[in-house]
Amino acid sequence: MTNQQPEPIKKVSIVISRGSLDGVYPGLIMANGARMEGIEATLFFTFFGLEAILKKRVKKIKVATVGNPAMHMPTLLGALPGMSSFATSMMKKEMEKLDIPPVDEFIEMVKDAGAELYACKATVEMFHLAMDDFLPQVDDILNVGTFYEKSAGAQIIFT
Amino acid sequence: MPQVELAGVQIDVDDEGFMTNPDQWSREVAMELAKDEGIDELNPDHWKVIEFMRKDYMEKGQPPTIRRMNKVGHIETKLLYQLFPNGPAKKAARISGLSKPQGCV
Repeated sequence: MTNQQPEPIKKVSIVISRGSLDGVYPGLIMANGARMEGIEATLFFTFFGLEAILKKRVKKIKVATVGNPAMHMPTLLGALPGMSSFATSMMKKEMEKLDIPPVDEFIEMVKDAGAELYACKATVEMFHLAMDDFLPQVDDILNVGTFYEKSAGAQIIFT
Repeated sequence: MPQVELAGVQIDVDDEGFMTNPDQWSREVAMELAKDEGIDELNPDHWKVIEFMRKDYMEKGQPPTIRRMNKVGHIETKLLYQLFPNGPAKKAARISGLSKPQGCV
């Protein structure tokens, strides 16, 4: 039986569909990690994932403290005013210690590392947005068909 | 511990070719490691990165992240990817005689 090394991954296409801190970071870390390994990376932001690339929203991304069993917090406590901001601020401090950048800086880093960033056309139309609303690092607004064309030869990762 | 001969000197390396003894490093060793990483010549920008990485490694005990190279080393991400294509953090760390970067960023 021949012992073959598995083929290294050459290209990844990462979809970011959620707008919470925990919804946005995995995709960004994977895209940055891919570029650090010399793997081509495309990021496709859809639905609430657009929060990460909107100029007006990118600094306001939070972690949910209600309806999030992994927070280990009773619902009534999580619903108190300021709880979500508090939990978010704690998480951001921990990330800073690990040198994980805030979302807007991360988007810049990932772009400078050579990743491509796109917004989903259907969501853009649904939320009445335009290229102007997005961070300068966003390359274009694409429909799903074009997303598939750009993902030729890539592993598609949905987050 | 595996050993490799570079620039006429026996160098201790780990299984992935990263130096395990930073004191064995020299500019000549760096040039050999660079060739092994596909970089034929090290220009002044390369050396600036290497020098920063070694200095930071001595201070912090671990290779700097790309973000640290931006903020503390004042080295732009774009430049890093140009100087060390396809894996700047790993390649630059290896050429600089440091251990393999362990972080996720």
